[in-house]
Amino acid sequence: MKFYFMHLMPYADLDLDYDQKHNSAWVTLPNDYYDPRKGHALYNRYLDELEHADVLGFDGVCVNEHHQNAYGLMPVPGVMAGALARRTKNCKIAVLGRALPLLNNPLTVAEEFAMLDTITGGRLIAGFVRGIGAEYHVFGANPAESHDRFHEAHDLIVQAWTQPGPTSFEGKHYHFQYVNLWPKCFQSPRPPIWIPSQGSSETIEWAAHPDRRYTYLQTFTPAAMLAKYMQMYKEVARRYGYEATEDQLGWSVPVYVAETDEIARREAKEHIENFLNKFLRMPREMLLPPGYLSLKSMMGVMKAKGSIGMRQSIDDVIDKGMFICGGPATVREKLEEYQSQIGFGHLLSMLQFGTLPAELTKKNMEIYANEVIAPLRAGRASTARAAAE
Amino acid sequence: MAYKETVETIAGCRTRVMRGGTGEPLLFLHGASGAPVWLPFMDMLAERFDVIVPEHPGFGGSDDPEWLDNLADLSFFYLDAIDHFGLDRLHLAGTSLGGWIAAELAVRDCHRLRSLTLVAPAGIHVKGVKKPDMFMWSPEETIRRLYFDKSIAERIIPTLPTDEAGQLVLLRNRLATAKLGWSPRMYSPHLHKWLHRIATPTLVLWGSEDELLPAAYGPAWRDLIPGSRLVVIGECGHLPHVEKASAFVGAMTSFIREVAP
Repeated sequence: MKFYFMHLMPYADLDLDYDQKHNSAWVTLPNDYYDPRKGHALYNRYLDELEHADVLGFDGVCVNEHHQNAYGLMPVPGVMAGALARRTKNCKIAVLGRALPLLNNPLTVAEEFAMLDTITGGRLIAGFVRGIGAEYHVFGANPAESHDRFHEAHDLIVQAWTQPGPTSFEGKHYHFQYVNLWPKCFQSPRPPIWIPSQGSSETIEWAAHPDRRYTYLQTFTPAAMLAKYMQMYKEVARRYGYEATEDQLGWSVPVYVAETDEIARREAKEHIENFLNKFLRMPREMLLPPGYLSLKSMMGVMKAKGSIGMRQSIDDVIDKGMFICGGPATVREKLEEYQSQIGFGHLLSMLQFGTLPAELTKKNMEIYANEVIAPLRAGRASTARAAAE
Repeated sequence: MAYKETVETIAGCRTRVMRGGTGEPLLFLHGASGAPVWLPFMDMLAERFDVIVPEHPGFGGSDDPEWLDNLADLSFFYLDAIDHFGLDRLHLAGTSLGGWIAAELAVRDCHRLRSLTLVAPAGIHVKGVKKPDMFMWSPEETIRRLYFDKSIAERIIPTLPTDEAGQLVLLRNRLATAKLGWSPRMYSPHLHKWLHRIATPTLVLWGSEDELLPAAYGPAWRDLIPGSRLVVIGECGHLPHVEKASAFVGAMTSFIREVAP
């Protein structure tokens, strides 16, 4: 199992009483809630945290893409990846983004990722997403075309990376007379492709196809759902006649580890609840514009009415396995249990969330690196040795 | 009044059609909420006209054809529909999204139209007139915003479908509306350039208190379509044909009597 530090870079200085006047931290929250000086300090603090993860021996760091909101300040994640490309030395850099359907010219992503891959000597992991529903409100991209544009933009980028140029591309949404990348990717023929999703049978079906075998990344989901979707991926792979490897499955989850269970829960409570109830807050129409989900999935959401926008506590998310929180032994045990049951190969731990301040983030990272990652790696290494002997 | 419901195949699309009344044919194009039921204003019009109310491809009980990408596709579809019904001369009316389709149809070919009635049509953009974003409205808020008389809205809200089939229709209508009107938001940047081609006598009708498409759009339409007439119905929201059915039918029939006797 490989360990990554996933960052959202929230606007942690947000006035949390905003919700007395506004119904969301996204799209319509006036940007006079944002202070550029605080933004400057936060960006540099967050980049320091990701750079420190490389020093602590994480396998990778992950940046993220969202637009016009206080939840995550990385509308252009390539800027962060570019800053990290030279300051980190060993870790992978995963860009999870990019929201392809929002773009009028997806070739810019093919170019940007090729540059990052080249600067880092092949440390880039390329993420492709559709973005969340709110993104379609701010970018004007038509959510009814979201699936279609995603697939077409993906085909265009992979063609640009893998077919000797110049070629041309004639799609329904995208048309290019010349597809001829300079630079090409450093990794041959292309970087690994990861597909983050909140759980979709259509996405799994597509990612697991033998032509692709992309790493499917389940984000912020109850553990029971995680198990269901990972199982679905393995079954789809079997139906296609191959066994999915650990490398094809990943999980992204907020983690907080402290000296003891009691300290961890006490220190994390306020900040994870701010993440859940302040930063994630948005009405259904903003989250799910028409066409963002298939009609079938949308009918499922209508049936589950009430689950969107409900207030959640730290205990709710710990119980559901959406937040791993505790002393080192507890966190190790939970991760080992989930890993052995579910069999994912990439664990993206979100070690900063909501308003979690710099000192606690740093402590979280260090205890996690020394008392969770190191023993789990050693344990897996000895298990592998025993199996070999 | 009696009306018949049929499914017609037009341009390869199975299309649900309601039709009732006698007289000259009147093709009515519905707005973003579809045409699930035969409404009182249709009954009133059916006393004078052969009223034909299809549901647009992508909406309600009609199929979602492979070819449907944008609003221009629907304007060509309805030219095909006029051929399909064998209409030599007809009156054309459309409300909101349906008014936009009617205008797009008329700029392409208006030689069979005896009159054109546009009821608070979408389709153009007037600089400086602020429009709300209906895609941010919940189903309940949408209904409240559509009527000037809020007591009508409060009577309708409890009747919103809760069964699976009814909810699926709501979702399909919303999806089709987004497909046609998400960006630019409910207009074409090109339509205004060609509205001068409409040689048919045209009535533009607007509710004075329209909260979705402000009544300030009325004069812009009147000025863009040569010789057209604007009638504003007072104390009325976005759906004059529902909220003020008698005034709506009165204005429309007297206009038609005058221009196409």
